[in-house]
Amino acid sequence: MDIQLTDVKKVFNQGRHNEFWAIRGISLRIKANSVTCLKGASGSGKTTLLSMIGCLSRPSSGRIMLGERMLSGLPERFLTDIRRHTFGFIFQRFNLIQGLTVLENVMLPAYPLAPRHTTLRDSANRLLEHFGLGRVKDSPVQWLSGGESQRVAICRALINDPQILLADEPTANLDTGISREFMGLVEDLRQSGKTILITSHDPIVFESSAVQSVVEMSDGHLVKA
Amino acid sequence: MMTFLRKQGYLLDFTLSSLLRRKGKNLGLLLVYALIVFMLASVMLFTHALRKEAGLVLQGAPEIIVQRMVAGRHAMIPADYLESIGKVRGVSGKRGRLWGYFYDPAVGANYTVMVAPDRELAVNEVVIGRGISRTRGIGIGDYFSLRSDDGKTFVFQVGALLDAESELFNADLVLMSGKAFRKLTGISEGQFTDIVLEVRNPREVGKVAEKLAAKLPDTRPILRDEILRTYDSLFAWRQGIVFVLLAGSLLAFVIFAWDKASGLSAEEKREIGILKAVGWETGDVLRMKFWEGAVISFSAFVIGYVAAYLHVFYSSAVLFEPVLKGWSVLYPQFSLVPFVDGLQLATLFFFTVFPYIVATIIPIWQTSITDPDAVMR
Repeated sequence: MDIQLTDVKKVFNQGRHNEFWAIRGISLRIKANSVTCLKGASGSGKTTLLSMIGCLSRPSSGRIMLGERMLSGLPERFLTDIRRHTFGFIFQRFNLIQGLTVLENVMLPAYPLAPRHTTLRDSANRLLEHFGLGRVKDSPVQWLSGGESQRVAICRALINDPQILLADEPTANLDTGISREFMGLVEDLRQSGKTILITSHDPIVFESSAVQSVVEMSDGHLVKA
Repeated sequence: MMTFLRKQGYLLDFTLSSLLRRKGKNLGLLLVYALIVFMLASVMLFTHALRKEAGLVLQGAPEIIVQRMVAGRHAMIPADYLESIGKVRGVSGKRGRLWGYFYDPAVGANYTVMVAPDRELAVNEVVIGRGISRTRGIGIGDYFSLRSDDGKTFVFQVGALLDAESELFNADLVLMSGKAFRKLTGISEGQFTDIVLEVRNPREVGKVAEKLAAKLPDTRPILRDEILRTYDSLFAWRQGIVFVLLAGSLLAFVIFAWDKASGLSAEEKREIGILKAVGWETGDVLRMKFWEGAVISFSAFVIGYVAAYLHVFYSSAVLFEPVLKGWSVLYPQFSLVPFVDGLQLATLFFFTVFPYIVATIIPIWQTSITDPDAVMR
């Protein structure tokens, strides 16, 4: 399913002295089964746009369509439902829950869907094995290296088998080698049929051959589409 | 239904692992909480059991006690009043009693000295309560001396000790013969301390008391029910005093719990954001936090209540003894019959568990309704 944005705007603290327009009218189509990179400097509005596409927040105006379905304007309950079934998130600082094991972190997004415990554990174990994390699955996440944490975050994003993966500055805390490795994983995921949207200002990401489309942003506008 | 239960299971599972992740903080909270429940439950269990015990013991007491009053003060009652009372309809038994108080400067305690109605004691023989036995360090066969009102010393031999079961009432009691009592106190023959009456029909007690008041205007009838009420209000009053003292600590706990609950740490806020970002609904977060509050408050309640039960019924409420038990220097030592009142249990549960859960849910609700994109920043 393609994602279609039409004149999307986002304002924070509207009507107050510190009113701030983070997104100033963006229209954009993101193709299904592709890797798209939102490129731009800090404060350009990449993360805000990503969070609106991923139903983490709503646009102040404009429309966001997922296939035939309009996401903007849906109440929170529906947004949560779409979020948990359609989107998988990989955050900049990985946002793993400290103190929990790798396996528990990966299983976390599936808890509200309440699948059978054995089914869930098996899926999580398969993912962890696939990403080479089988031996650390019972370790607390704070013991992991940056690259391992990144892969745990990917496993967590994939546990509910979402169609679309959203990654916010996924290589910001990684060295060059691990960043390239990450882009290799992204290509594998695209080949398995996923749509991937990445925000980044890291050349390793937007110059990668895994990326089909680069969208540049500046001050809440599109520079090039 | 299975999905619902499985979901609650997952939430509970996550809650327990969350609690374990903050072991120190939660253990501290649990201990303070359990201590509060322990203190409140101890006072409630103890005073309730005491009142129950007092009620049971007083069931064997006479229905009416008649005391003579002179200028508003209790005075000796002449034996011939027995004759006058005997003619009141409804009275099935009557006898004069001899009793009084005796201050023992050696131990600084007051004894209740009484003539045993149902024991034939020799002139030099006494039966004493276990409180006196402990304080004076004397037992059966030992000698026990009391000074009479004219300064003479009377020596008695302890013939027996009173039952431990009814120590609440007889810890400070000295039983002796009528002859010895009169010699010791100087009360002449033909005088009693008061008169007790038995009334066969409990419904007639009030009527009999009315007739007595009319017939013998210088007396006052004291009904058993009035004594029961006095005990009841006495213990209720003591319970109230302790609750007032505990109010400070209760308030401190409320502030502590509120602070803990409302002052969500940055880490906790971030976790809620992550959970929402990965697909948890606001309701899921609230349910999870509800389980967290429920696990803590319910555990604290059970720990506190069980500890209070053991404290009251197996260690004779050592912590509250000086305030709640007895009123003389000779504290009675006795084990109360374990008794748990359902309503009391429910009241305590409602006032300790419910406010905590509410206090923890509200601030979390405020955090959990915010957009989850906060976690991206």
